[in-house]
Amino acid sequence: MSATTYSYDGNGSNSNHLDYLHSPKKYKGIFNWIFSTDHKKIGILYLISMLTFFAVGVIFGFLMRLELIAPGRTIMDAQTYNQIFTLHGVIMIFLFIIPGLPAVFGNFFLPIMIGARDVAFPRLNLFSWWLFVIGGFVAVTSLFLPGGPADTGWTFYIPYSVRTSTNVIPALMGAFILGFSSILTGLNFITTIHRLRAPGMSWFKMPLFVWSLYATGWVQILATPIVGITLLLVSIERWFGVGIFDPALGGDPILYQHLFWIYSHPAVYIMILPAMGVISEIIPVFARRTIFGYRFIAFSSIAIALVGSLVWAHHMFTVGMSGTAMWLFSLLTFLVAIPSAIKVFNWVATLYKGSIELEPPMLFALAFIFNFSIGGFTGLMQGALSLNIHIHDTYFIVGHFHYVMFGGTGFGIFAALHHWFPKMFGRMYNKRVAKVSWLFMFVGFHLLYFPKFIMGYQGMPRRYYDFLPEFHTYQIISTIGSWILIIGLVIMFINLIVALRKGKAAPSNPWGGATLEWAIPSPPTHENFEKIPVIEKEPYDYSHYELEEEVKN
Amino acid sequence: MEHKNAHNHIVGYGTYIFVWLTLVTLTALTVTAASFDLGNFSIVIALGIASIKGLLVLLVFMHLKFDDRIFRIFTFVAFLTLTIFLVLTFSDYLFTR
Amino acid sequence: MNQVAEVTAHSHIHRDDVGAKIGMWLFLFTELILFGGMFLAYAVYRFSYRDYFALASKELDVFIGLINTLVLLTSSLTMAMSITALRKGSKKLSLVFLGSTIFFALLFLVNKYFEWSAKFHHGLFPGSNELLSLSRGEIIYFGLYYVMTGLHALHVIVGFVILAFMFVFVVKGKVNQDYYIMLENSGLYWHLVDIIWIFLFPLFYLIH
Repeated sequence: MSATTYSYDGNGSNSNHLDYLHSPKKYKGIFNWIFSTDHKKIGILYLISMLTFFAVGVIFGFLMRLELIAPGRTIMDAQTYNQIFTLHGVIMIFLFIIPGLPAVFGNFFLPIMIGARDVAFPRLNLFSWWLFVIGGFVAVTSLFLPGGPADTGWTFYIPYSVRTSTNVIPALMGAFILGFSSILTGLNFITTIHRLRAPGMSWFKMPLFVWSLYATGWVQILATPIVGITLLLVSIERWFGVGIFDPALGGDPILYQHLFWIYSHPAVYIMILPAMGVISEIIPVFARRTIFGYRFIAFSSIAIALVGSLVWAHHMFTVGMSGTAMWLFSLLTFLVAIPSAIKVFNWVATLYKGSIELEPPMLFALAFIFNFSIGGFTGLMQGALSLNIHIHDTYFIVGHFHYVMFGGTGFGIFAALHHWFPKMFGRMYNKRVAKVSWLFMFVGFHLLYFPKFIMGYQGMPRRYYDFLPEFHTYQIISTIGSWILIIGLVIMFINLIVALRKGKAAPSNPWGGATLEWAIPSPPTHENFEKIPVIEKEPYDYSHYELEEEVKN
Repeated sequence: MEHKNAHNHIVGYGTYIFVWLTLVTLTALTVTAASFDLGNFSIVIALGIASIKGLLVLLVFMHLKFDDRIFRIFTFVAFLTLTIFLVLTFSDYLFTR
Repeated sequence: MNQVAEVTAHSHIHRDDVGAKIGMWLFLFTELILFGGMFLAYAVYRFSYRDYFALASKELDVFIGLINTLVLLTSSLTMAMSITALRKGSKKLSLVFLGSTIFFALLFLVNKYFEWSAKFHHGLFPGSNELLSLSRGEIIYFGLYYVMTGLHALHVIVGFVILAFMFVFVVKGKVNQDYYIMLENSGLYWHLVDIIWIFLFPLFYLIH
């Protein structure tokens, strides 16, 4: 096989070319990374910074669960508890789940999957990462300022957010900066997909992960600025005493909620769409079948982005909106479930009569489908007005969003990590340990979050520091679940970190994938491709696929 | 993926000046209209005139009329999004709570 | 076995004017939505406080508002013409138009300064006792007025800086008849600033 043809069964040795991790240095040492405009390095930078913030978020979650293991005060007072759940939310949402997949795996793999050498605006890409780090930093400084971090919840509802003496503005400004990071990434990806596809890569030959990034990019661009201005307005109101939302000055707290959720609901689609894209990548590989209903999945991504932008007020069913608004938003909420369900049906249909291999990425992907189904279904339940009155602001909601955000996107991130790790780092991790970590995480996750549905339905309010004795047993189960989950997370990360140094060298296509990233060496060269390929086949085309035994190790 | 060169069209000074004159005229019109009491119609007229002015700037000064169709589609989507946000929010305020 | 054929590709030129334009438009959409959020707030509050908005709007000087509107409209004209001039090879004329645009931007800011100063002098500034003693609808009106025109003015300042840079680039030839996408994109930004004002003017100054 000549060095310039791309095949999916070669060992893809990098001996002829330096890989991107060791490419010629423009700067020395760490500057080679933090000033790099290589999309792959930027993806890794995001990975490291994001996982750091995730660890902090996990610690806060751990502390919250520890507090909740018994009624009354356990390890902290109520004020501290409010601050911890606020920061837990801000960090997990703005620093982990929203940027997560696009910033890490979108950056690393989008150009490769479409046969490009980089994104459309590489310097802007680096700037996005810098904004990410700065925004995270600004948000976290609130931990160390007098007054402590905000205690408003990550939703910063008026009027409390303009009354509390805690450090709301750093949190708001941090989120504002992070919003820009998100916007610029979306802008970059949209332009890249329009302009840099390799010859022959028509829209309907793009991998589905790319489709999901495209839909996500539009939401990032069109929705994020709304929360940007809203958070800015709250900051201005706090700082200058301008009347905007504060009811004492004539403002309308419900208007704040509208503006806040106009972004924050589509934000959850920024979170889930790329994760769904990852699942669409993994399932065909480990079922060794082409995806069922490619176009349906592609269009459903667009549909979710579109309809998902029309449902925001389902977060406000109990605040006193007009009856018209309530039934309208409830109806739209039901409708948005349809394209999501289509994806689930298509994934399952892909599995049918497939040749299934339960490698770690597949385990996480299957867990995603299971978790997301529960999370999505409970979301649908919440969209029903009558039920919503009963369960709004209870643990039921907390259960729901953790199932979709963590059980969904979180597991999606871990799936992507296990799927693309060999490609990104040129090493394979210990699969057995990975599967063990998965088991801990799966069991821990459900022990931690399923009881929340029960507690919520029975009336346990969310964001409460204390609770009635009737919930005690469930709270204990939930806390124990958090410990098991964290053990799983720790095992997973140790496994991957060890593999970075000691893992066996990975071939270019350890899983037998059929998209472009598997046709280049592991890790990729700086330029991704020696020559830009011409695309003839559809993605996930396994029709003529033969996998050599020795490759499949 | 090079688009065919709609992009090469140079808009002449005359066109620009004509558009500018129209914009100034519309401005005069909107100020004049504001001096009459037209009740609920006032806002409709004011926004209507502003929209025409905005459209002129978009299509001619910003070249949308002469660029590839994709730019018009994108811009339409952006304005549509904003409109939808507005309309759906008003479903809360326009009807009885 | 899957194989993809190779094609010699110009992998290292990285000039894509159409891509740059797409990127700029996408950025403009974010600005549109940013201000759009405030227009939405304005719409809701005007709906709720109709008469108070009309009352408060009497405090604004329509004449200054009108001058500023004409200033910005004309600046858009000169901006557009500076690009035409450059593309036709008239570098000097292009600089005249671009310089005029910068001048108009400055004029707008000076007007705004006087306008706001007058208000501050009358005690009508955010957080002032004078302001807080007004009705709620009026407080909100002025809250929106200061934030929206303030944010807009901030964008004018940024535009001013960008155009100043463009002026230097044209002088130095970095932006020229064959490579003018930066000037075009700067123009796009400037026109958006104009469009926002086109809507701000009637909504704040011309309420009956």
